[in-house]
Amino acid sequence: MTLNSKIPAGQIDAKWTTYKSTCKLVNPANKRQLEVIVIGTGLAGASAAASLGELGYKVKTFCFQDSPRRAHSIAAQGGINAAKNYQNDGDSTYRLFYDTIKGGDYRAREGNVHRLAEVSANIIDQCVAQGVPFAREYGGLLSNRSFGGTQVQRTFYAAGQTGQQLLIGAYQALERQVALGNVTQYSRHEMLEVVMVDGKARGIIARNLVTGELERHFGHAVLLCSGGYGNVFYLSTNAMGSNVTAAWKAHKKGAYFGNPCFTQIHPTCIPVSGDHQSKLTLMSESLRNDGRIWVPKKQGDNRKPNDIPEEERDYYLERRYPAFGNLVPRDVASRAAKERCDAGYGVGASKQAVYLDYASAIERYGKVEANKLGLENPSKEKITELGKGVVEAKYGNLFEMYEKITGENPYEVPMRIYPAVHYTMGGLWVDYELQTTVPGLYALGEANFSDHGANRLGASALMQGLADGYFVIPYTLGNYLADDIRTKSIPTDHPAFVAAEKEVSDRINKLMSIKGTESVESFHKRLGKIMWDKCGMARNEKGLKEAIEEIKALRKEFWSNVRIPGDINEFNPELDKANRVADFLELGELMCIDALNRNESCGGHFREEYQTEDGEALRQDDKYMYVAAWEYKGESQYELHKEELNYEVVHPTQRSYK
Amino acid sequence: MEHYNMNLTLKVWRQKNKNAAGHFETFQVKNISSEMSFLEMFDVLNEQLIAEGKEPIAFDHDCREGICGMCSMHINGRAHGPWHHTTTCQLHMREYKDGDTIVVEPFRANAFPVIKDLVVDRSGFDRIIQAGGYISVNTGNAVDANALPIEKHDADEAFAAAACIGCGACVAACPNASAMLFTSAKVSHLALLPQGDPERSIRVENMIRQHDKEGFGGCTNIGACEAECPKGISLENIARLNREYLAATFRGGSKNSI
Ligand SMILES: Cc1cc2nc3c(=O)[nH]c(=O)nc-3n(C[C@H](O)[C@H](O)[C@H](O)COP(=O)(O)OP(=O)(O)OC[C@H]3O[C@@H](n4cnc5c(N)ncnc54)[C@H](O)[C@@H]3O)c2cc1C
Ligand code: SF4
Ligand code: FES
Repeated sequence: MTLNSKIPAGQIDAKWTTYKSTCKLVNPANKRQLEVIVIGTGLAGASAAASLGELGYKVKTFCFQDSPRRAHSIAAQGGINAAKNYQNDGDSTYRLFYDTIKGGDYRAREGNVHRLAEVSANIIDQCVAQGVPFAREYGGLLSNRSFGGTQVQRTFYAAGQTGQQLLIGAYQALERQVALGNVTQYSRHEMLEVVMVDGKARGIIARNLVTGELERHFGHAVLLCSGGYGNVFYLSTNAMGSNVTAAWKAHKKGAYFGNPCFTQIHPTCIPVSGDHQSKLTLMSESLRNDGRIWVPKKQGDNRKPNDIPEEERDYYLERRYPAFGNLVPRDVASRAAKERCDAGYGVGASKQAVYLDYASAIERYGKVEANKLGLENPSKEKITELGKGVVEAKYGNLFEMYEKITGENPYEVPMRIYPAVHYTMGGLWVDYELQTTVPGLYALGEANFSDHGANRLGASALMQGLADGYFVIPYTLGNYLADDIRTKSIPTDHPAFVAAEKEVSDRINKLMSIKGTESVESFHKRLGKIMWDKCGMARNEKGLKEAIEEIKALRKEFWSNVRIPGDINEFNPELDKANRVADFLELGELMCIDALNRNESCGGHFREEYQTEDGEALRQDDKYMYVAAWEYKGESQYELHKEELNYEVVHPTQRSYK
Repeated sequence: MEHYNMNLTLKVWRQKNKNAAGHFETFQVKNISSEMSFLEMFDVLNEQLIAEGKEPIAFDHDCREGICGMCSMHINGRAHGPWHHTTTCQLHMREYKDGDTIVVEPFRANAFPVIKDLVVDRSGFDRIIQAGGYISVNTGNAVDANALPIEKHDADEAFAAAACIGCGACVAACPNASAMLFTSAKVSHLALLPQGDPERSIRVENMIRQHDKEGFGGCTNIGACEAECPKGISLENIARLNREYLAATFRGGSKNSI
């Protein structure tokens, strides 16, 4: 099968308009006969389900949490980008498009990214209309902040809880559709299989996590909005339940997996404190707006941070990247932190940390406030007090979270931070219409591979999730379903449903019958360690080859020695986890295969063999300017398909933030 | 921060399912680091139980960052435990010392039936939102975001109310098991914004009706909810809800209320 990305012809800024005015439509009466299944109720799923419900489709949503409002999007902190140019600082649709393409290290599709930039402004309008309480200035207008990889202020935010507020907006829109009877919601349900009829996705098998029962659900189309797979590393900033299962089942039913090795390691997270660690906590990128990152100039310096004088500190990002300073993109910042720690300049007990310091921001803001208040010769204490007030208003909840976790007061002592797995740019391969290689099966939000290339810029995931759900899928799904109006609902006693359900129950029975000695958690931890050591921030051929063998062996051990307590037909979180870890154990191998195939460094994918003299990522455009889309061919067998990327507008260059 | 290890006694509520009778079971956990979170301590206990061939304790959690609202333990008689403005997942073990005994129960309320052990059913909250906790605006109907300036003070207050994570601690803390703090947080968030104005009467009426129908108790201004709310949702919101409700009934009720 050759990959057809279905990018509309024409000028970059006319493609989406042309598509919208020429795609097929479904009339209202027919919409009522068409059923759509939406897996996931994060920003992508909730916005899609609400919008499709409003249009009149019959929608079912599924999530594994106890309420749609708890999807992992809720945890997003920093903000959402949009090319509004409210700050009059030179922003435009083109610039957002350009920054995203460049930030992604020239591994994303121009057509998709331009569409994303075009609809970004509508997202903010929609959210405000729903009552999302974005931060505002005294004049009553919306406030913006800057994020990494850009030189304009285009990020909209709600304190450090932007994801929460956006998700609650989408959730409320969704609940309204539930009340109107257009959407039926299934919480504490996990999708475990895609049902295929005549080569098309026509439904799912889901497990009711309270009773353990398997359920069959029909849909004319199935939308996967199931989030990212960062938890393959065990430790990540993702929620504990985030998983790849929905996407992986789709992959095994024929959906290609795009760029699985593209993982984002976020530079500012609270460092690991011990073996008991169950997850890592992000300190939002917005903190790099005002905070300065440094390590001591002396190796192994054990002094307390506040005892180290200014001239003995190395603000290494400002030193290496004067143009962007602390606001370089995430991949660059993460690698720079690793470089310093590996070279022996790390701080804290583990020496796997660098400082993020707010002292100078507190002083700067304090002076501005003192000026506003007309204070003459304010004391140092007064300035600090005023400055702390400003910092608290901007980042208070993050500082509080830091203190709860570490027991240290970040207003007084610089925070210790270290990179951690955060986001997966890879995901199910989709075309311009967000359709996977399986007809009728779509992927939205973090679950698809589409818009961020090899590195996502901050505040762009929320934008993409909502763009996909509110503004793209309502058009592109209609274009598909217009040909399906004669298809009657397929009864769920159809053999395809029976067979799919049997597959799921066989697998669950098999898992439960192993009755081994090692817990699911410990397998997950072991997998995570292999992935982090050999397919993490830096990768090389030898390590990846080893990792592939180690994962295979671990998978074998899992299937012969995992211990899952409890029964099938009851609330059993260990069984839920086992289902997910079993899929991670397959995905991990594919990620390593993909990383091994890509003999270049780009964005978050850093192959040690391919770097410039000063340690920057070295792309090989002549060989790897393509999306790697992998087809599942049986256990450990994957076939590579290439979607060549054509840059008609932006000219790929060596990315420079100096 | 100096860290230390401790041994603890845990008394945890066990209940097989909704219909089974529950009881407390006592466990010993050893070598718990003061740097662990409360839930990481439960992870250690569960791994220990699995190793012994016993069933681990079921509890709800997801983000472990204090924002999803999923975690829900009643710890030594307090919803989410002893720390102010803190969810269960953000409580850390440096609160405890060697030899302590900790009693852990689910959030208790008639409207929150136990599903298993420490896991309860809070779907009533979704239905309260369905009754009116939204602004009726379809995708695509919005005007430019800055066409509607909103006074910073109002925007900030709306945000403070919207910070509710729907955890249910307010219900668990309330002697009447009232969900008025939760309900009022949503009513306030939307009533404080001009976008929410057209539906203000119908919203408050329908949400309160659903609240009562779910079996949550009435509010008698005790204030335990505010004290235990991890997000600092203020009682002011209940006062505002009452004003909204009075105004709505004064207007003769909304024509559209169901
Ligand atoms: C701590 C943190 C902070 C972040 N901050 C920002 C930020 O400031 N700006 C930004 O742009 N991005 C940020 N991101 C990234 C962004 O939050 C995510 O990429 C985005 O929210 C993903 O949304 P989604 O809708 O694709 O998936 P999610 O929100 O992850 O939702 C997944 C949904 O799928 C459901 N699901 C999954 N599998 C199944 C299954 N098998 N069966 C049934 N249901 C299933 C889940 O229940 C859930 O409802 C942040 C991420 C993290 C981790
Ligand atoms: S009001 Fe507070 S305690 Fe009640 S649900 Fe909301 S966040 Fe939880
Ligand atoms: S687990 Fe999400 S708030 Fe505690």
